[in-house]
Amino acid sequence: MSSGTLWAVVLAGSLGCYLLKLAGLSVPAAWVERPWVTRVVEFVPAALLAALVAVQAATSGPQLTVDGRLAGLAVAAVALALRAPFIVVLVLAGAAGALVHVLTG
Amino acid sequence: MPSDARTATLRDAVGLGVAVGLYGIAFGAAAAGAGLDTWQALATSALMFTGASQFAMIGVLGAGGGALSAVGSALLLGTRNTVYGVRLAPMLAPRGWLRRAGAAHWVIDETTAMAVAAPDRELGRLAFWVTGATIYLGWNVTTLIGSLGAAALGETAQAALDAVVPAAFLALLWPRLQRSAREPGVQRRVALGGAVIALALTPFVPAGVQVVLAVVAVALAGRPRRTAAA
Repeated sequence: MSSGTLWAVVLAGSLGCYLLKLAGLSVPAAWVERPWVTRVVEFVPAALLAALVAVQAATSGPQLTVDGRLAGLAVAAVALALRAPFIVVLVLAGAAGALVHVLTG
Repeated sequence: MPSDARTATLRDAVGLGVAVGLYGIAFGAAAAGAGLDTWQALATSALMFTGASQFAMIGVLGAGGGALSAVGSALLLGTRNTVYGVRLAPMLAPRGWLRRAGAAHWVIDETTAMAVAAPDRELGRLAFWVTGATIYLGWNVTTLIGSLGAAALGETAQAALDAVVPAAFLALLWPRLQRSAREPGVQRRVALGGAVIALALTPFVPAGVQVVLAVVAVALAGRPRRTAAA
């Protein structure tokens, strides 16, 4: 992707996200506070974040792949279950990914 | 006594800002990995300023996704800020379009949580503005550090960074799946559904599209179960 396209993505995404924030402060509450709207908004992050976890950890282009990223994810899950701080989770995941990379060449 | 509550609010707001700053390092580094230069990473943090959307955008770009998928996933994750704004509007009651336009930029997870948790309306406003200012400053500074740091990485460090990105998404997702979340059972089903849909579609759709389509899981798995267990 060219630098110009990346700028367009950054600026369009930023403008859209800003307008979504501004809308919340500006529109009548009744427009947004419908049960189905709040319900969808409540669950969209779980679906999207889980999809991003899966895609980032286990795919390369159109292929499903297994490499150090999956090992890092497993280590991160254990660390999160043990209530490790965010930075510790990331360092452990990174260390696991680097270790697999060194071992598998 | 009111000054005690004020001090506690200030301390919590600043503490949260520093903690959130750590995510900024991860964002800056991941943005560099996804092909954004330092100015683009910094512009994203300064202008978009909503963490999950920013991570989603660079996640899609890093996976080779197109511009529409990248913007689309950022916007889908940005919708919850609209709901936060509705919740905050009576408390902030921003007078004039300029103040409203300024307040809107800082309507995010953390400022909303801090404002809503404050004991009264005045402290809620204080918590909103102080949390917003601290996070805005920390988030942009650490984005810069992360972006510059990632540029200096070798191959093994790059492999480490590749493993850090999915872990960062998992860390963002994790609190939503815990027992303290609202309807954790439904959250878990939606999350599992989203991951399965994304992986199943990966070989068949352009990169990034599977992430946006994973929201279908909300319709499939997001319905409340009709048992007493809920």
